[in-house]
Parts: sequence; C-alpha cells; structure tokens
Amino acid sequence: MTVTPKVKVPARAKPGEVVMLRAMLKHPMETGWRENTAGEKVPRNRIHTFICEFQDQEIFRADLHSGVSADPYLAFFTTASATGKFRFTWFEDGGNVYTKTATMEVIQ
Amino acid sequence: MRDKRPLNRLALEPETEHVALTRRQVLAAGGGAACAVAALASWPGVALATPKDAQAVLAELTKGVPLQKGRVRMTLPALTERGPFTRLVVAVDSPMTVDDHVKAIHIVAERNTVPDVASFYLGPHSGLAQVATRIRIKQSQNIVAVAQMSDGTAYVGRARTKVLGGAGGCG
Repeated sequence: MTVTPKVKVPARAKPGEVVMLRAMLKHPMETGWRENTAGEKVPRNRIHTFICEFQDQEIFRADLHSGVSADPYLAFFTTASATGKFRFTWFEDGGNVYTKTATMEVIQ
Repeated sequence: MRDKRPLNRLALEPETEHVALTRRQVLAAGGGAACAVAALASWPGVALATPKDAQAVLAELTKGVPLQKGRVRMTLPALTERGPFTRLVVAVDSPMTVDDHVKAIHIVAERNTVPDVASFYLGPHSGLAQVATRIRIKQSQNIVAVAQMSDGTAYVGRARTKVLGGAGGCG
C-alpha cells in the first residue's frame, strides 16, 4: 500500500493574515487489534507524530493515537509572516518518515 | 473415444483442506441485526475504556491542573453512521498573543478501546486556536477536549455523539 501525502497551502497571503493549512496522509493507521480475514492480528502501524515546520521552525505538532481515523487529516492555522517553505512530516511506528513541502508567497 | 473421466470432476481432485470459516467471514455472510449485535462483541480480549480511564489520561497529560469549564468549543455531529470517520473541530477562545495563547489541546474519548485520541501543540504564531481532524468513535459517547493555556490554566469542553448501528436503522 502506498502512502501518499497531500497538503493544501495557500499560494499567496498578505502579511499578518491567518491562513489555514491542511494535511492528509493516505495511511491505514492500524491499531493492532484488528484481525484480517485469515484471523491473524494485523500488526500495529500508526502515524504517531505529525510536525509542520515553516523555514525549519516548528509551528504545529500533533501526537496521534489509535483514536485518529485512517488517512489522518489535520487542518490548522498559522499567521503568514514572510515568503517561505512549509515542511510537513509524518512519523510512522516502524521508523518510516514521510515528508512533503509547499511554498507560500507573502505579498502586500 | 469417450472421455472416461467421471462427470463429477471434483471427486478426482485431492481432498481439499478443511477450510475453517472465521467468525468474521461468517459475520460478513450473515448480515442483518444478528450481525450488528455480534459485531459489538468483536475484538475479544480488548476491554473498552471508561470515563474514569479518560479522566486518568487527562490528568496525566495536564499534570493534574484543575480543569475549568468554558472557552473550548467542539463541533461534532450529534448522530453519525460512520463512527470511525467522525469529523471533529476544536476551537478555543484565545487572543493567541505571546502573553496569552493556547499551548496544547488534548482530545480523549470516554468509551473507546483506548481513551487517547490526539494532542495538538500550538503557539502564538498559530493566529487562531482551531484544529480540525477526523477521529474514531467506537460507540455513542462523550468526547472531551482540554486546552492548556500559556498561563498554566486548563479549560475543558465536551461533546456527545451517537453512533448508529448501521444495520438498517435499528441502531
């Protein structure tokens, strides 16, 4: 199963504007309790942490547990200060890391 | 020449292994109300959490700070048929300045298998203390959100969602 990150960041914003950032990762978020059709337990495989950085400065962090749905979706806000790059990072249980970047232009 | 194979070709095949139907397959084939009732008893060996467990988790997350009511607004459907994909929006009344902002928002479910749902960490640069996500709700229950402020206080908000059985309206 492929894990695909998707993010939505406004292309342009005014200085001081509060913008919404949205991030979704296509991921099963296995809890470790589910059984497959053969009756075997499906091993736990979750995204445990999500971090959003702007110019290498952390602006939002989320600790996700088994109560978060498959394909974890997050929508949050930040204040636009300067043109720069957002980096979205998802950390999986097995040590895999998924990253996606997006740029936002801040113009008067 | 006449084909001498017996008509019942299955008889020639080696005896197939006994295929044990799992309970889940039987359930999938069964359908109906019996299915829904049995599904509630699935996940053997995994006990459901109670509101007390949720309080304990919150106390650990907030390090025992007394929780005050208000300031936390939760948007959650009153009724849902898709418990594992329930939209949740948590918003906290806060100016989000350097002196007065929301540091963290913790979400717990009172009657899921495990109360922990998610924790979000914000700061003054967030501009707006609002987070939207999708959560798993195993059965009808209260979802609790706690906001930790920069001055050390903590505010609590609750919302209740009813999960329909999805077995033709008998939930």
